[in-house]
Amino acid sequence: MINQLSWKVGGQQGEGIESTGEIFSIALNRLGYYLYGYRHFSSRIKGGHTNNKIRVSTTQVRSISDDLDILVAFDQETVDLNYKELHDRGIIIADAKFNPKQPEDTNASLYAVPFTDLATELGTSLMKNMVAVGATCAVLDLDINVFREVVQEIFGKKGQQVVDKNMEAVKAGFDYMKENLAEDAVMHLEKADGKKRLFMIGNDAIALGAVAAGCRFMAAYPITPASEIMEYLIKALPPLGGAVIQTEDEIAAVTMAIGANYGGVRAITASAGPGLSLKMEAIGLSGITEQPLVIVDTQRGGPSTGLPTKQEQSDLMQMIYGTHGEIPKIVLAPSTVQEAFYDTAEAFNLAEEYQCPVIVLSDLQLSLGKQTVEPLDPNKVEIRRGKLQTGELPEIENKGYFKRYEVTEDGVSPRVIPGMKNGIHHVTGVEHDETGKPSESAANRNAQMDKRMRKIENIKFDTPVYKNAPHDEADLLIVGFNSTRGAIEEAIGRLENDGLKVNHAHIRLIHPFPADEMLSLVKSAKKVAVVENNATGQLANILKMNVGHAEKVKKVTKYDGNPFLPHEIYSRCKELF
Amino acid sequence: MATFKDFRNSVKPNWCPGCGDFSVQAAIQRAAANVGLEPENLAVISGIGCSGRISGYINSYGFHGIHGRSLPIAQGVKMANRDLTVIASGGDGDGFAIGMGHTIHAIRRNVDVTYIVMDNQIYGLTKGQTSPRSATGFKTKSTPEGSIEQAIAPMEMALTAGATFVAQSFSTDLKDLTALIEAGINHKGFSLINVFSPCVTYNKVNTYDWFKENLTKLSDIEGYDPNNREEAMQVLMKHDGLVTGLIYQNTERPSYQELLKGYSEKPLVDAELKLDQEHFDKLAAEFM
Repeated sequence: MINQLSWKVGGQQGEGIESTGEIFSIALNRLGYYLYGYRHFSSRIKGGHTNNKIRVSTTQVRSISDDLDILVAFDQETVDLNYKELHDRGIIIADAKFNPKQPEDTNASLYAVPFTDLATELGTSLMKNMVAVGATCAVLDLDINVFREVVQEIFGKKGQQVVDKNMEAVKAGFDYMKENLAEDAVMHLEKADGKKRLFMIGNDAIALGAVAAGCRFMAAYPITPASEIMEYLIKALPPLGGAVIQTEDEIAAVTMAIGANYGGVRAITASAGPGLSLKMEAIGLSGITEQPLVIVDTQRGGPSTGLPTKQEQSDLMQMIYGTHGEIPKIVLAPSTVQEAFYDTAEAFNLAEEYQCPVIVLSDLQLSLGKQTVEPLDPNKVEIRRGKLQTGELPEIENKGYFKRYEVTEDGVSPRVIPGMKNGIHHVTGVEHDETGKPSESAANRNAQMDKRMRKIENIKFDTPVYKNAPHDEADLLIVGFNSTRGAIEEAIGRLENDGLKVNHAHIRLIHPFPADEMLSLVKSAKKVAVVENNATGQLANILKMNVGHAEKVKKVTKYDGNPFLPHEIYSRCKELF
Repeated sequence: MATFKDFRNSVKPNWCPGCGDFSVQAAIQRAAANVGLEPENLAVISGIGCSGRISGYINSYGFHGIHGRSLPIAQGVKMANRDLTVIASGGDGDGFAIGMGHTIHAIRRNVDVTYIVMDNQIYGLTKGQTSPRSATGFKTKSTPEGSIEQAIAPMEMALTAGATFVAQSFSTDLKDLTALIEAGINHKGFSLINVFSPCVTYNKVNTYDWFKENLTKLSDIEGYDPNNREEAMQVLMKHDGLVTGLIYQNTERPSYQELLKGYSEKPLVDAELKLDQEHFDKLAAEFM
């Protein structure tokens, strides 16, 4: 019996690789397994190798695995590019149609299954994916009926005959494999708990978190890997009276979101690095005019167009420091899909409480990796609107302006929105006085600048650092952010097995940096490894800048476009000792 | 009921004496009062440049944004609160150079916003460089040999972009301009009003006298029909764009908000933020 395995399906883009993976995962998720998916894809629609790697486990997993148990191949390229991941008892199930060749330097066994021929016999070669799913079922000794419900949902609209044919295709694949599979090759997967859980990508959670937080407007421009947020909200907001506008460009998206927030609606925009670069001036506008704004940055490979469909975490510095001049800004970095939901929701509260831009930082693997998520609780989502004024405002004499930028102790001024009587004030990106009128006086400049920067000095955020730090004195502290959490956790398990004492800190509040908390963790460790998907070690530099101890801080970077595997982090950390 | 005086505030504009923008300011104030607005129900969103300062010179909600971006901000405000009257404004550099992308798309999107461009054919605040509205041959600090580029024809451009309300005026024609702004506010959809607003400091060619000499009032053209797009295009081409009045209006096409499926009839800003459990469960079920 095994309690986890990894399955990968690969072929040419546009060949249904995605849907094969989808059907397989949804069915297993419903059985109560925990899944974690990784899509390898290119910036094109048809052609080019693509694959979908799915890890199945009876316990929560948040990383792709180092190796592979089953490889389903629709072409020889898939075999050649991926067989090395297979362990000795691994299995390749390949379409007999392309006469698959067994690679020489592997003990994994290849089974040629006539995916295409079996499907064609049943009516159409399009069902070859279903044959492949059936063949996988036989290896896992799963009852094919677990797929019936999913097939029904996907093909039900096309009529019962299509559903039945597809199930026949699953059965054909299952029977063929069952007959040909060596008995000891069957992988007996432990039964899962059957509990209902969500199966979603990080972008789904971000979008759902926005809806739960009362976001009712989005302005955005399509970009990988952020578009799913817009695509979700365009379906979810109209039933709530809200709307999504696909704008002409990234600048329109962010400024429209600023306009809507100024108008009093919770509004969001989302993009990736190239879009964020374009939005920078407007982020400064949100900062100086103290308009709430929630922006999602789903990081991908940069610079410029870079590696648009690949993993990277290289926007960190830009998110913290980007925009000319200095503004108060909050940068959150959820490390799991669940956190992506709650943090996005909380971002709307922070944006209104501190009246500043809040960036929800994600990365491609967190945004697009489809995975099992424990149920989300909308009751845990609070709605706090800070100093937004409600009810009647006192009359102001002589047509005086409302003190929208009143200098207060906590730096936060009362906020009114257009339409409110006696709330008229001016808003400008020019330095201004308490009523918003332009002012260049030095005393006013200091008062307004200090007030703005003061706002975020002591921001309240529930868990600025996710910590698993059982050791008072650790040999190693591993620090990361966003999607690397799962791989780091698994690496730590192995390092601890080797006798090392390892603490883990995953930073969720990137800015303002949780310096005190990180300092005590750094102090109590002999060495610090900062694991991040970029070339220059941006988080390591931020850490050193904020807590010192530069001699302890080691950079563990990877910037080839692929997420960290647990064994890579393990061996890179071992090298430090 | 508010009068135009209620839309005045105590801020002294930093425009040069004689600047065309003063009468645009007055026309907006009069039009706002004439259509029955209260100051708090008007939001003026402006860009950057001399004319961009206008949002600070009117007693209403005002937002002075960043260069070229008054339109997306204005559309965001309108989407948040469809009961507000939203006026976007700025100069020809703001709307036809750095912000041209937004202008074209705001026109074709047709969100119910009135856009007033103060067109002086030059960059004033940066002290006299060429604008996309400067005529070929126009000499400025940035075109010492005279501009070799073709000037943009904003009214023709608006018509081809699918505009539902296109008008042009001259800042000395306060009465006509006020009436056009009123019509723009009352128009259901996006309205573009280009106002020739002479720069007395840096533009020595397109002066008040020059406009008086060269402009043709559409009201003087017998039988001119502003509901005819083809005729509108012809009159613009015939007069090299130098006409004033309502050039074109399409009252048939609904505004963006009216076409938007599901969009709240009451201002979005009044919507309930908290999602009920039942609704959330329905959304979550899609991921199971």
